[in-house]
Amino acid sequence: MRPLKIVVLAKQVPDTRHVGPDAMKPDGTVNRGKLATVFNPDDLHALELALNIKDRIPGTEVTILTMGPQKAADIVREGYYRGVDNGIMISDRRFGGADTLATSYTIVQGIKKISDYDLIVGGRQAIDGDTAQVGPQCADKLNIPQVTYVEEILEIEEDKIIARRRLSKGIETVAAPYPCLMTVHGSSPKCRSRIAKNVMKYKYARTKSELRSADEVLLNLHKKRPYLTIPEWSVEDIEADASKIGLAGSPTKVKSVSSIVLTANESKILTDSDSDIEGMIKELIEHHTIG
Amino acid sequence: MKSVFVYCEVENKKVAEISQELLSAGKRLAQKLGCPLEAMVFGNSLKGIESQISPYGVDKLFVADDARLEPYTTLPHAALAYKVLKQQDPQIVLFGATSIGRDLAPRLASKLNCGLTADATILDIGDHFVKKEKKEYTDLLYAIRPAFGGSIMANIINWDMHPQMATVREGVMKKEIIDENYSTEVITVEVNGVVKDEDFVVEVIDRHIEESGVNLKESPIIVAGGYGVGSKENFDLLKNLANILGGEVGGSRAAVDAGFIDHNRQIGQTGTTVRPKLYIAAGISGAIQHTAGMQDASMIISINNDPEAPINDIADYVITGDLGVVLPKMIKYYKENAK
Ligand SMILES: Cc1cc2nc3c(=O)[nH]c(=O)nc-3n(C[C@H](O)[C@H](O)[C@H](O)COP(=O)(O)OP(=O)(O)OC[C@H]3O[C@@H](n4cnc5c(N)ncnc54)[C@H](O)[C@@H]3O)c2cc1C
Ligand SMILES: Cc1cc2nc3c(=O)[nH]c(=O)nc-3n(C[C@H](O)[C@H](O)[C@H](O)COP(=O)(O)OP(=O)(O)OC[C@H]3O[C@@H](n4cnc5c(N)ncnc54)[C@H](O)[C@@H]3O)c2cc1C
Repeated sequence: MRPLKIVVLAKQVPDTRHVGPDAMKPDGTVNRGKLATVFNPDDLHALELALNIKDRIPGTEVTILTMGPQKAADIVREGYYRGVDNGIMISDRRFGGADTLATSYTIVQGIKKISDYDLIVGGRQAIDGDTAQVGPQCADKLNIPQVTYVEEILEIEEDKIIARRRLSKGIETVAAPYPCLMTVHGSSPKCRSRIAKNVMKYKYARTKSELRSADEVLLNLHKKRPYLTIPEWSVEDIEADASKIGLAGSPTKVKSVSSIVLTANESKILTDSDSDIEGMIKELIEHHTIG
Repeated sequence: MKSVFVYCEVENKKVAEISQELLSAGKRLAQKLGCPLEAMVFGNSLKGIESQISPYGVDKLFVADDARLEPYTTLPHAALAYKVLKQQDPQIVLFGATSIGRDLAPRLASKLNCGLTADATILDIGDHFVKKEKKEYTDLLYAIRPAFGGSIMANIINWDMHPQMATVREGVMKKEIIDENYSTEVITVEVNGVVKDEDFVVEVIDRHIEESGVNLKESPIIVAGGYGVGSKENFDLLKNLANILGGEVGGSRAAVDAGFIDHNRQIGQTGTTVRPKLYIAAGISGAIQHTAGMQDASMIISINNDPEAPINDIADYVITGDLGVVLPKMIKYYKENAK
């Protein structure tokens, strides 16, 4: 089997497991500064799926692609630590405020610049927006087939790839031709850990923007080892149409946001005594809730 | 023309539960807007399928019937839906937030270059004033959805790119039959010509669908246990209570993760959303991700040895005590008092 060229889509997300009341700005956009950021969990599964193919077919080349603010360069470094060959960062203030339509357009412009690929893999969904829409929208814009909710790659053949999908009510095995796009389900194998050697090698990997505040030593290191400079693409670099990116390119708008407040109602407070429990059961039967 | 459109899922000649929920929700929106409700259904051997769809008040039904349309694959369904939507130009389009809906709708939204709200749990019609344009847009779809791990609800609207689309979570919209004999105009969609051979490049080799098994959503009574239940064996107490009450057993994610109960019985944001008549929560603390999936129950009983457990805030009956003591007493007094 010939080696494949794989692009992994990975997003840096706020850690929604620890959300405070100031997580959203009044205009409904995310107040990222207030939240710790993590590698989107499903995307780590996608990364593992790609690296696993690379294990199976030596010579396979894995490129990690992320779109986000400067800080998202962490995603590319994390990819390097775990074994990807290339990293690309799409970053520009003008991409901000994008919904899934504008996000997928932007990512696809980046993929088109990469141009040579057999397989695109992403997570099923990101834990902030929770939409699971970016994958299928990218596939449409690239005009390639999509295979969503992939749990395992069963076979990699010359002209097709066979995968098992995890559906909400069952499983399905499908064969898809190259190139295609897959979204990876959280039930697939967990991502391998960092490789110590790679951490040493890529610890100082930085984007252009990050290098702006770098000292002499770091700049010299980047001159000596060009592979440490993470390619960073702007609106112009990916030839994006300004009307299709950011807020302007986003049909969906957040009108309002409310935190979920549990509604306090009059509750009856009971003990575990026989009389309390029997009283409650009798009430429930009387009101036809049970019985 | 103004209309509300629903994509119906069908398998083995049976229209999916979620699609019936959507038709009902779509009808309510259409009534508010004073416009027709339209639907599309693509599958195999669909003769007479309208009898399952008309009663929800569907004015026009677009049917594509072809052996190659089942089981569902993305490209042929996307091609057909695109054709129908382009032609009908509806204002609102609804899909289930299912494996199929969440695969199809985003691809279609990209093709149509329109907005798509994911996983809505509340749908409504309302207005919006756009400051920049100094213009009031009326009769917009409000698609309200949980995000950020279920800790916020966001009202997502879309006024400038037509149509407004949303996927809607299973089990949250009430099913409502309008008229068993509602008259529906059935229109056949030509498959050949719209769907090309290359749309069949993804081949389904094998498929295992669990028909129902657990039906938490349909159960009027749910006895749910959390990490506080302590063991798989202790869950038998909950099963006993559920059995005599004619209900189903459910669990929190912590209970599932601990192996006390099966994954397919998980209730909450990443499990099933339920709205039973009675929800008994035993040893469940009431994390927001859990309550997101059960807070619409008509009545909630919380059994917890911590009087400060958050779940108590939404419970109608708060029993402070050990579930090992309380559950057997509930069983005993039910047996004694039920006729
Ligand atoms: C409260 C809230 C509600 C929202 N609701 C909607 C909505 O209903 N509809 C809508 O269109 N938008 C919505 N958005 C906007 C949406 O979250 C952003 O567009 C986001 O950039 C992409 O969507 P997602 O996070 O849901 O990603 P998903 O579609 O869930 O992501 C799927 C996969 O795509 C890849 N991917 C996604 N983003 C990137 C990236 N930046 N870089 C690299 N890979 C990526 C990853 O592999 C990821 O696992 C909402 C945002 C918020 C804050
Ligand atoms: C992205 C995301 C998605 C999630 N999705 C879900 C989801 O879909 N569903 C879900 O449930 N959770 C979900 N969670 C997890 C959720 O945050 C909580 O961790 C989980 O609900 C806690 O379960 P629990 O209440 O059973 O356990 P705990 O929080 O450990 O609570 C146990 C309770 O039992 C009580 N207790 C202990 N012993 C006894 C006794 N003998 N008698 C009576 N009471 C006793 C304790 O006082 C306590 O209140 C999700 C989390 C994340 C981050």
